[in-house]
Parts: sequence; structure tokens; C-alpha cells
Amino acid sequence: MSERAITAMRAGLQSCAGCGLLSRPGPEDDRGNCPRCDQRLSFRKPRSLERTWAYLIAAAICYVPANLLPVLTTTTASGAEHDTIMQGVVLLWSPTGWPLSLIVLFASIMIPSAKILALAYLAITVERGSIANTEQRVRMFRSVELLGRWSMVDVFVDTFTAALIQLQPLMSVEPGPGLFFFAAVVVLTMLAAESFDPRLIWDAVDESEVEYA
Amino acid sequence: MYNFPVADDSLMSCRHCDLLQRLPELSPGESAQCARCREELWRPREDPLNRTLALTLAAAVLFAVANTVPMLGISVVGRSTATTVLGGVEQLWGQGMISVAVLVFVTAVLAPGLQIGSMLAIALEARRPRPRRWIAFPLRHYHYAQTWSMVEVMLLGVLVALVKITDYATVIPGAALFMLGGLVLILSAAQVTFDPRAVWMAIEWADESHGHSTGADADNPQP
Repeated sequence: MSERAITAMRAGLQSCAGCGLLSRPGPEDDRGNCPRCDQRLSFRKPRSLERTWAYLIAAAICYVPANLLPVLTTTTASGAEHDTIMQGVVLLWSPTGWPLSLIVLFASIMIPSAKILALAYLAITVERGSIANTEQRVRMFRSVELLGRWSMVDVFVDTFTAALIQLQPLMSVEPGPGLFFFAAVVVLTMLAAESFDPRLIWDAVDESEVEYA
Repeated sequence: MYNFPVADDSLMSCRHCDLLQRLPELSPGESAQCARCREELWRPREDPLNRTLALTLAAAVLFAVANTVPMLGISVVGRSTATTVLGGVEQLWGQGMISVAVLVFVTAVLAPGLQIGSMLAIALEARRPRPRRWIAFPLRHYHYAQTWSMVEVMLLGVLVALVKITDYATVIPGAALFMLGGLVLILSAAQVTFDPRAVWMAIEWADESHGHSTGADADNPQP
């Protein structure tokens, strides 16, 4: 790149999130529709940071009961046993089952918390107009987008475990209230990632270039 | 109120950093990356419509079978139960976890169904000399279906559940489990061949009147 970087926004152009077409808004209205696919357009996702924070805070709140309340309740002749997500990981740990145990640990405990922390870090640095570590922050956002869906694994594990083990009165498994909060964490963090506009990371860089140019 | 389209097809902005740049001439299989953030801008595909159609048809068959035959069964001391994907959803619903049941239904059945259905509709309709305007709807919303379609995550979840249950009972893997394995492979192959940008460009050529034309600015995009 020989010439200075110019963004579509600085050129007065909006790109469509639905079809990718670049178009120029009318003089008095910068929230027009895409002429090709009719999608509502804006330069940046509207109220991106506010929405990201709202979803993140909700996710962080749900994260606590998701980890403290049982996700599965196993009823056998000898009584009922309540398992949280972490206890499920420990139960899976065996000489043969440890790789799966690690997968569940990674997908259910590490991904959701890493996602909340990463998005909060991104939102804070964007709010402060940071121009440092841009490359790393972009890579961070991409991993959040890519890995986030895998935290759904535990929801499926518990769903099908509970669906299958229905051998009353011998043994039965019911989903517990923790599963609801855990599913909420997954959905809320996905919505938070969807709300965050990565172009905001670069806007601070563009502004600093204008100042020092 | 409609925006004025920029007539130059090769001009585009990066969806991750908004950098305005001009796409070089690309032949199928080559890809262009953003000069600033390395996001892939476009990778034109070899024969996208036919390959997408073939793979999506295969995916539709696997999807239909995977959702009708049993996926997992167990047997303990002479008693056995089996469940399908929808059976798992139904059981959750019956146990009072309605919102989780809805989430599982959406990510395991509805979104994959919509994803396969819209790819199929687009691949069929885009072959016509003048694709009709409704094709814009699935094209525009396709990425939502893709985001929430989690067949591969479900497959991993089912496998973990299977290992977990072997401690208590004999597990009988059902035909749907293998169908799902195939579906994960075929569906990701279909996603790789699917090229929405090429379809959009084809529609533009076929439909020059632009429906609701605001073409006054189209001839001189730069002020």
C-alpha cells in the first residue's frame, strides 16, 4: 500500500452487511437501504458497544448460576445426585475418557469465560481509543467468532444424556436449572460477538493517522 | 430511501476493517486478502453453482434421514430406549426446559434446515437467465442460518454423551449418527463451494433495471 489507507466510511460509502455492495447514502439520510438487497445500512453497526456491553453483562450474570447450579440430576434406586458442569468434567475423567473430558472442560468452562473477557477487553480498548496491539485484538475477535459456537457442546451432551437415560425406576436423568443458565451464557455471548463491530478497532487507528499526518 | 450504488464492481470495503480497496482480477481458486487486516475479501470458486447444487442435494437427503431415524439407543438389563434428534428436543420440552428445547431445536434442526434449503433455492434459482427477486431474501439472511447451524457441535456433543452413557448401559449407535457424520462433511464442503458474491454479481447483470432504480449516481460514483 503506497497511499494512505482510506476506509469506506471516510470515502462516504457504506458497505452492505447482507450482500457486500458499496453504496453512497443520500445527502440528508445516512441510514438508507441497500439498492441491491434492501438491507438497512449504516456506516457502523448502530450502538455496537452499548449492545455488546448489555449482552456481556447479562452473560456474566448468568455465568455464575450456570456453574454453581446442577445441569443434570441423576436419580437411581439409591437416591438422587446433582452434577454441575465441572462435576461432569470430573466424572468423564478416566484412563480412556480423558480426551473427551478435556474437550468438555475447554468448550464449557474455558471458551465461555475467555469469550466474555476477550469481548470486554475489546470493548474497553475501543472505548479508550486505543491504537496499540491492533493485530492481536483483531486476531482475538476472529477467534471469538470462530470458537464461540463450540461452547454449545455441553448443552447437546446434557440434552441427549437426559433424553436417553429414562429407565424408571432403575435410573433416570433430568436436566437441572444450571442448563438453562448455561444455554443463556452461550446465546448471550454469541449475540455479544455478533453486536461488536470490529471496524471500530481500526477507526481509532484511522483517526490517529489523521492527527499526525 | 435507497442509497446510490457504486457502479464499480471491483471496489469493495473489508468487512472487518472497512478499508476501501480494489479487487484484483481473480481466477477460481485464488483469493484476495485485505491489505490491512488480512481478512479474506473474496475467493471465487470453480463452477460454484453446480458444485453447490450437487453437495446441497446430498446434504438435504442426509439431513432428512438423520432427522427421521433413531440416532442413539441404549439397553440395560433387557430394557432399551432409543431417541432421534427431535426426540431429544421433545424430552427436554416435556421436562420443562422449554427455552433450552427451543435452542436445541433451532441450532440442531431449524437453522441447518434453513441453511440447506436456502443454499438449494439459491443454487437452483441462480441458474436461470434472470433470477427472480425473491432470491435476495435467502442470500441476505444466509449468514444468520450459518451462524446458528451447529450440526458439527451437536455431533461432538452426541459422541461425548455416548461415551458418558457407556458407563451405565450398552450404547447402540443408530443410523442417524452416521448420517450426521456424513452431513457434517458434506455441509462444510457445500459451504466452501458456495459463493454469494458471484451470485449477487450474476443477479446484477441479469437485472439491470435494479427494481427500484436510483441509477442517477451510478455512472459517476466518485464525487
